[in-house]
Amino acid sequence: MVDSTVMREVTLTLPMLPDMEIAASKTATALAEFMDMSSDKIDEVRMAVVEACINSFEHSKADDCKVEIHFVVLGNDDPERLQITIKDSGVGFAPETLVRPNIEEKLKAANKRGWGLTIIKGLMDEVDIQSGPNGTTVVMSKLR
Amino acid sequence: MTEMLKVTVDRRPPLAVIYTEGYINNQGGEEIARVAYDLIDSDHKTLLLNLKGTKIVNSIGISILIEIIEKMLEIDGQLAFCNLTPTIEKTFHIMGLAQYAKIFADEEIALGDLTV
Repeated sequence: MVDSTVMREVTLTLPMLPDMEIAASKTATALAEFMDMSSDKIDEVRMAVVEACINSFEHSKADDCKVEIHFVVLGNDDPERLQITIKDSGVGFAPETLVRPNIEEKLKAANKRGWGLTIIKGLMDEVDIQSGPNGTTVVMSKLR
Repeated sequence: MTEMLKVTVDRRPPLAVIYTEGYINNQGGEEIARVAYDLIDSDHKTLLLNLKGTKIVNSIGISILIEIIEKMLEIDGQLAFCNLTPTIEKTFHIMGLAQYAKIFADEEIALGDLTV
């Protein structure tokens, strides 16, 4: 695999406030449009970013109540890949212990939530999660 | 910053079409649920959610839609969807929602199926 160069990058630091995920999704959209991604792929990236932000807002318990999002367009002659890193300094979790939710069980359960990572993995080409007591970092990418 | 969801209804007993415009987040999902439960209380057993005006949803909003599906199953009714963006439809398939709620390309096709 040929090493890609950074063609464009943006970093956002968002407060964990309602609907701030929309600000992140707009940045993702602008960069994906710059890459000339299809509208369907742009929508998929946008939704994955929304879910990653919401996960962080809801579960990180970060003292600084902030999430940092780093967007990088990678490529050689042309943009090839949009990589998005969502990082918080919260309490972390054990990704390997998460069970993929099941719709049949969720329909009967009191708690119908817990779909974020399933959606992100379904919409993005690559997803990596590193989590520990100092926070969680989700790195996800989409090919053009 | 907040994109408030607008919800309108076309009642065609025993069916009703719910139209949304905007972001289906937790508040948006709750507004749809409020409207849906009102319709259920007035004997509408088939609800069609037309998402033509919705380009983005989040998993919290979808979780509330799952509550509505659960309620519809309890009363032997059904919730169906139409005019989904390809990403929203893909998300519903990822979650398995399509097993419990019909998805139609547009309202005309949906009404043709649901009113038979």
